[in-house]
Amino acid sequence: MTQAALKLSDLTVEFDTVDGVVHAVDGVSYEVYPGEVLAVVGESGSGKSVTYLAVMGLLPKPAGRVTKGEVWFEGENLVGLTDKEMEHIRGNRMAMVFQDPMTSLNPVFTVGYQLAEALQTHNPDMSDEAAKDRAVYLLSAVGVPEPETRFDQYPHEYSGGMRQRAMIAMAMANEPALLIADEPTTALDVTIQAQVIEVMKTAQRETNAATILITHDLGLVAELADRVVVMYGGKVVETGTIDEIFHSPRHPYTLGLMMSLPRLTVNLTRLRPIPGQPPSLINRPPGCAFHPRCGMSAGREICRQEVPTLASTNGGGHHSACHFFTEVARELEMQAADLGIQAEGGVLDDVG
Amino acid sequence: MSDRHDPGRPIHTKGADDLAETEGATEAWTELAGGKTPPAAVERPATDLEARLEAELLREGLEVEHLTQWQLIRRKFLQHKLAVVSLIVLVIIILAGVFAGTIAPYGFEEIDLQNRSQAPTLDGFHIMGTDKIGRDYFSRVLFGTRTSLIVASIVAGVSTLIGTVVGGLAGYMGGRTDNWLMRLTDLFLTLPGLAILLILSAFLGQGSPIRVAFILAFLFWTATARIVRGVFLSLREKEFVEAAKAAGASDGRIIFRHILPNAMGPIIVSMTLTVATAILVEAALSFLGFGIQPPNPALGKLIADGQDSMTTQWWLVTMPGLLIVTISLCINFIGDGLRDALDPTQVIS
Amino acid sequence: MLIFFGMSLVTDPISQIRLVPDVSQQTIQNIVDRKHLDDPVIVQYGFWLKDVFTNQFGTTMLGDKPIWPDLSRAMWQTAQLVLVAEFIAVAIAIVLGVLAAKKQYSFFDYATTTISFFGFSVPIFWFALILQWLTVSLFLATGFRLAYTFGLSSPDPANWFIDRLQHMILPVTALAYVSIAQYSRYMRSSMLDVLHSDYVRTAKAKGLSDRTVTMKHALRNALIPLVTVVALNVGALLGGVVITETIFAWPGMGKLFITALARAELYTLMAWMLVAGVIIIVFNLLADILYAALDPRIRYE
Repeated sequence: MTQAALKLSDLTVEFDTVDGVVHAVDGVSYEVYPGEVLAVVGESGSGKSVTYLAVMGLLPKPAGRVTKGEVWFEGENLVGLTDKEMEHIRGNRMAMVFQDPMTSLNPVFTVGYQLAEALQTHNPDMSDEAAKDRAVYLLSAVGVPEPETRFDQYPHEYSGGMRQRAMIAMAMANEPALLIADEPTTALDVTIQAQVIEVMKTAQRETNAATILITHDLGLVAELADRVVVMYGGKVVETGTIDEIFHSPRHPYTLGLMMSLPRLTVNLTRLRPIPGQPPSLINRPPGCAFHPRCGMSAGREICRQEVPTLASTNGGGHHSACHFFTEVARELEMQAADLGIQAEGGVLDDVG
Repeated sequence: MSDRHDPGRPIHTKGADDLAETEGATEAWTELAGGKTPPAAVERPATDLEARLEAELLREGLEVEHLTQWQLIRRKFLQHKLAVVSLIVLVIIILAGVFAGTIAPYGFEEIDLQNRSQAPTLDGFHIMGTDKIGRDYFSRVLFGTRTSLIVASIVAGVSTLIGTVVGGLAGYMGGRTDNWLMRLTDLFLTLPGLAILLILSAFLGQGSPIRVAFILAFLFWTATARIVRGVFLSLREKEFVEAAKAAGASDGRIIFRHILPNAMGPIIVSMTLTVATAILVEAALSFLGFGIQPPNPALGKLIADGQDSMTTQWWLVTMPGLLIVTISLCINFIGDGLRDALDPTQVIS
Repeated sequence: MLIFFGMSLVTDPISQIRLVPDVSQQTIQNIVDRKHLDDPVIVQYGFWLKDVFTNQFGTTMLGDKPIWPDLSRAMWQTAQLVLVAEFIAVAIAIVLGVLAAKKQYSFFDYATTTISFFGFSVPIFWFALILQWLTVSLFLATGFRLAYTFGLSSPDPANWFIDRLQHMILPVTALAYVSIAQYSRYMRSSMLDVLHSDYVRTAKAKGLSDRTVTMKHALRNALIPLVTVVALNVGALLGGVVITETIFAWPGMGKLFITALARAELYTLMAWMLVAGVIIIVFNLLADILYAALDPRIRYE
């Protein structure tokens, strides 16, 4: 097996807030390989974005900090590196595309300048002309029309989709080994989303970068990802290939996610939301963080007392952190059947 | 009309985010780093979705912890230590001002010929000393404080009233009314305020504290007007106002029942800061000799009178000055505390 | 924007006319003829306007002294004071604001916050008096003359420049202090906003050093709102000048104003207001230009 491009091991991130310590990421371990697209899914506050702020060394200081664990990248543990050492990695070997292209570009500098800056920061010997040529090439590569003209324009002269293309160009500028995309399409129109996804796909194929796709858009996951990591309450609750996660989820939370999706195949009158709210990250529920919202838990003592560990469900790469993962398959069948009936029957009660 | 949409009342539960929610956790943390704002994931105004889920929870008999708006504000204000201390000090000063007649050991003009130009001493209880002709300085400062407080209260009251009416009209009516009213306030804002005040005061307001107060209020209402207008403009577009309109509520009812209560926070803060400014400006006017005139006591005038003998009798300038600074500092800290408590989202001061 | 500043030009003298009858009652009758004081207010205003443009603001009510020479000299003296004070204030405020924002909730942050709260709360005239008192005490105690507390210059200075500097220190400090308090507070919050913005995060993600991110990407954006604040503050500064110049006997516009006011010298006051209006308009124009230079979004609108 090839070496992992990025390997998280027991990564733990905490934040100090006025209300107490927030356990944003709690003992997260997984890896991603070159050429692979790994989707990290979960609700807001599940810790999926914070994980990668920690990886990039961009946690807000001094409130946020990595308290435990390691981040292995190209044979080096990034935890504990100085700011100076991180600066050489950021935007160079490891790059990030952010959620909102409208606010992610600096309004007072031209797009070309910001692109060239990304290049010259990591290639101090690059001349201004060379940087411009390369920047124009990058803009055309991500499908910005008239890149020569666009080079000298300011972000406010770009449309949202164009800005996200420019952001992708900026991230790919130094051909990173790891590309992190944090909700890259959420802020865009649906039609633009498809185009941006295409750009991402192409960029990913050409550079063979390991790609992390942070999203809550399961459609995007199905479109792009090879493997999926599902996070809940700062922990990984399930990992597996895209087929495993979509067709045979082994964690009730993943099951809930799948059931809350609109489907074309079933004529539903109503979607099934997951009842309740995400857990407080300050005072987490004891035991399994999901148990207050879990239909399967239903008063079982062990769910309330013991934190489930991530265990293989098939002897292979499919892992779940549920005490009763074997029951999820049956639950899936029941709910699917239920959906079929309910599709004709009308009103649907909450899953819980 | 459901008050669930009330933007000023955070729900003290965590919002369930559905998968379609666009807000990333990143934002929450970035904000969190600002520290002043509680993490958005823990405390934020209820969205429709949250409200719906909350209702579902209630139906299921689950407890949702609520703090009322005022409980929340009080709790936050009390966390601001400086503001609390300032409030206590200010209350003491106000009480001293109100009961100046009882507390002051001497009258304002009462002369103690034995003790002229006396430095602060416990002898004869001249704790702030006496002036050239033997008047007890503590008593003079106390009466001066009373005048300052009276003037500042009138200014704050009148200018808040004018500012709220003008700002509210501009914000609620919008369009041309808004345009003209805001031009008017912009105009006032760029004028060399003190110069205008001096001219007005010199020709119209000589002497009496009440007249000086009204002249100040005439120039001070603009700051409040701008703030109130901003709040009205944004609240006007809110769902609960639209809903009230759709339900056929009259303009008056919408303004007084739905918008004004939500605008109270910024109005109170701006009123507080007006008090501080009014005290400073009144003192400046009186110092220059165009504000409150003798025989009315005024702190600014005391400083002006003491200015010549400053090097030999330090207390004459220092004491009234310190009092102005203390009052103004207290009010500014209280304003800061109120701003934090009333508006969790606002970081800009 | 421009229209409104134009309005302030027109409005200033108009608000003055209302005072005219008031003054004329106090004025000696033989001036009435020369100054057309028995004519209706609007006619007087017409004569005054004519004087403004054809006769350089005309002459004073009492003594018939030409206004413009005094006023222009005073403007120059005040300009020295205000420009130096504002330059220092803006520079210090930017440094304080940026550092406080970078180290939010540090001791330094709390210290600057406290200092600026004092700045909001200390009456400028009292602060100026305390400065005078401290300087005099220092001189009396040690014989060392740090600064003069009075006037523009000494009668026969050994070194003209140092002498002027010694006269300027105190009024400049008094003027600058209040501005620093206000601007640094503003700079801090504007910088905080920018530091938490997405584009600063992007800049960091590019691998730019903290210094480059702060000094280039953040500062440039944070300065934009400060421009407006400083420009709008010109009016308030002219007020501050009235107090400072009175206390330090600096023969500038402020002193001129107070003297004219004390003598109810209407025409000088009106000329003063007109000049002040023009200054305010000019500074607002400058702010607009600077704003456009800093923010490309404005340029294209």
